[in-house]
Amino acid sequence: MSVEVRNLVKKFGDFTALSGVSLRVETGELVALLGLSGSGKTTLLRIIAGLETADSGAVHFYGADATAISVRERKVGFVFQHYALFRHMTVFENIAFGLRVRPRAHRPSQAEIAQRVHELLKLVQLDFLASRYPSQLSGGQRQRVALARALAVEPKVLLLDEPFGALDAKVRQELRRWLKRLHQELRITSVFVTHDQDEALELADRVVVMNAGKIEQIGTPEEVYHHPVNAFVYNFLGNVNLFHGRIENGKVHLGDTILELGSAERQSVNGASGNAALYMRPHLLEIDRTSRGGKSFRATVRAINAAGPQVKVELEADWGDPVQVELDHERYRDLAIEPGESVFVCPRQSRVFIYQI
Amino acid sequence: MSAPDRSLVGAAARPRGWIERFCRPVSGNRRTSFGDIAIVAISALFLGIFLVIPLATIFSLALKNGIHAYFRAVTEPYARSAIWLTFVTAAVVLPINLGFGLAAGWAIGKFEFRGKEFLTTLIDLPFAVSPVIGGMLFVLLFGAQGIVGPWLIAHGVKIIFAKPGIILATMFVTSPFVARELIPVMQASGSEEEQAAISLGAGGWQTFFRVTLPNVKWGVLYGVILCNARAIGEFGAVSVVSGNISGLTSTMPLYIEVLYDDYNFSAAFAVSSLLSLVAVLTLVAKRIVGRHVGVGTAASASADEELAA
Repeated sequence: MSVEVRNLVKKFGDFTALSGVSLRVETGELVALLGLSGSGKTTLLRIIAGLETADSGAVHFYGADATAISVRERKVGFVFQHYALFRHMTVFENIAFGLRVRPRAHRPSQAEIAQRVHELLKLVQLDFLASRYPSQLSGGQRQRVALARALAVEPKVLLLDEPFGALDAKVRQELRRWLKRLHQELRITSVFVTHDQDEALELADRVVVMNAGKIEQIGTPEEVYHHPVNAFVYNFLGNVNLFHGRIENGKVHLGDTILELGSAERQSVNGASGNAALYMRPHLLEIDRTSRGGKSFRATVRAINAAGPQVKVELEADWGDPVQVELDHERYRDLAIEPGESVFVCPRQSRVFIYQI
Repeated sequence: MSAPDRSLVGAAARPRGWIERFCRPVSGNRRTSFGDIAIVAISALFLGIFLVIPLATIFSLALKNGIHAYFRAVTEPYARSAIWLTFVTAAVVLPINLGFGLAAGWAIGKFEFRGKEFLTTLIDLPFAVSPVIGGMLFVLLFGAQGIVGPWLIAHGVKIIFAKPGIILATMFVTSPFVARELIPVMQASGSEEEQAAISLGAGGWQTFFRVTLPNVKWGVLYGVILCNARAIGEFGAVSVVSGNISGLTSTMPLYIEVLYDDYNFSAAFAVSSLLSLVAVLTLVAKRIVGRHVGVGTAASASADEELAA
C-alpha cells in the first residue's frame, strides 16, 4: 500500500517539529527517515501512524484520505524504540494481543491464534521463547518480538521508530541484515526512523534526509551519498572535512593558501565568487611528499591511527584547520610519514557550496 | 564568595564520613563500634516505648478479666453493631474510592491536560485538612441548620447523625489513598504500552483492562489496603457527623471512646484489641504487597534492561 503525506505541519508549543513536509512511499518500499534528534523524523512517523495529529496537512493511504482515521483503524504496525512490550504478558500473549482484541465477529479461534502466533515466532526465529516474559529476553529478542507483534495484525504499512536504537553495535548489525531479508520476503510498505546514516544507507530502498522539520533530500542511498543536494546532506552523510574560505576566479582562498578547483567543482560554482564552504571526504584526500602546485596544500602531520581497515591521519593545514585523511595501509607504508612531518595534501574530489547571501 | 563555599564543602565532607561508617554492609568484618550499638539501642528503645509496650498493654488489659469477659465485651449487642457498622462503612467506601482512585490515577498519570497540577493538589486536600474539619464540612452541608440539610430532612433523607454521614465522612478522609498510590505508578509505567495496544487495534476499555490495570495491580492493592486501614480506624471526621448513638451510629473507634469514658477499661481494650489486630494484619498484607509494588514500574523495567544486557 502506498502512503503519501502532503504539507504536514506540526508544532509543539513554540517548537516547530514539521514545517510543510510532503512525501510519497510506494507500495512495498522500505524507506528510511534519516536525521538528527529534533529533526522531526519521529513526529512524521507518528503522524503517519495516527499516534499524533498534524496541525495541518493530510495523510493518504492508497490514495484515500486517512487523516481523520484513528490509529486503531489505520492498520499500521508500529514498532516502538523501546519495544513497548506488555510486561505482564508472555511472548506468546504479546503477539496474540492484536488478534485477541478484535471484535468477536472478526476474532480468530483459539487454535487459529495459536497457529498464527507460532508462525510469527518462527518467522522471527524465537519459537523457543513463547512462554517467557519480556523481562527475561535480551534487547535484540525483545525487538524481534515487538516486530512479530506488529506483524500479527497483518498491517498494510509497517512503521519502525529507531528499531535498533537501543541495541549494541553487534546485535544491531545482525538485526539490520535480518530485517532487510524479512522485508524482501514480506514486501510490506515500511518506513523506519534512524539517526544512523550507515543503517539508512544499508537498509533502505530510499533515504529521506530530514533537518529542522524539513526534508533536505529524498533519493536512493547512492544518490544521497554521491550526489548530495546541499551542504547539510553532504555533511550529514559520512565523515567530512569542512573548510571555510572565499571563492574568486575559480580558486579557493583558505588563509594564505590558494587552491585550484577541479573541473566538476568549477562547473558547480559557475564563475561565482563569495564566501564558500569547502567539503572534502577523508578518503578522497591524498598525501604526497611533493607539491602539486595549486592542486595541493601544505599540512603538518599531527597524529596517526593505523588500527582498522584504513589508516587515519590527522593533520593541521597551513591555515590552522584540522584535516582528516584516510589512507590504505599500502600507501601508508610507501609514504612512511611520522607525526611532526610536513607534507602535501591533494584532494581528489571536493564539494563547494557557496553561501547564500 | 569563597568563604561560604569552603564552609559548605566542610559541612558536606564531615557527615559523609559518618554516613559511610553506618552504611557499611552488615556482613563486613569491621568490629562493632560503640556508635553502632548506640544507634541500634536508640531505635529499639523507641520502638519499645511507642509500639511494643502499648500494643502489649492493649492485649493484656483486654484480657485482664479473663477470656470470658473478653468475649462478652466484643460480642455484646452494642459492640457487634459497632463492628458491623465499621465493616459496612469500609465495604461501601472501598469500591467507591477504588473507582475514584483508578480514574484519577489514570487521568493524571497518563494524560496531559490543563489544570492537572490543580487536580493533583485537590486530591491531597483530605490529607491536608484535619479530619474534624472534614466532618464539620458535612455537618455544614447536610446538618439541620446546614445548606441543603433542611431540604433533605424535609424529604426524609437523614445524613448527619445517621449512617450516610458516617460513610460520607469516611469516604472524604480516605479518598486520596488509592489515587496517591496509583499516580506515581501510572506515571512511571509511561504510555507506550497503551499506544502499542491501540495501534494493534484495541479499544479504550480493552487497553485499560488488558494493559494499564495489570501493570498497576499491586499499586492498586497497596492503596486499597491503606485505604481500608484508615476507613476502619477513622475517628475525627466520623465522630463529628455520627452523634455516636450506641447501637445505631457508633463505629468501633467511637464505641471504644464511649467505653473508655465510662471507665469500662477492659471492654474498651477488648474492642481496641480487635482494631489492633486489623492493624497488624494490614501491616502484614502491606509488607507482602509492598514487595510487588515495584514490579512493572519503569525503575524495575530499566533494572530488567540492565540484567538482560
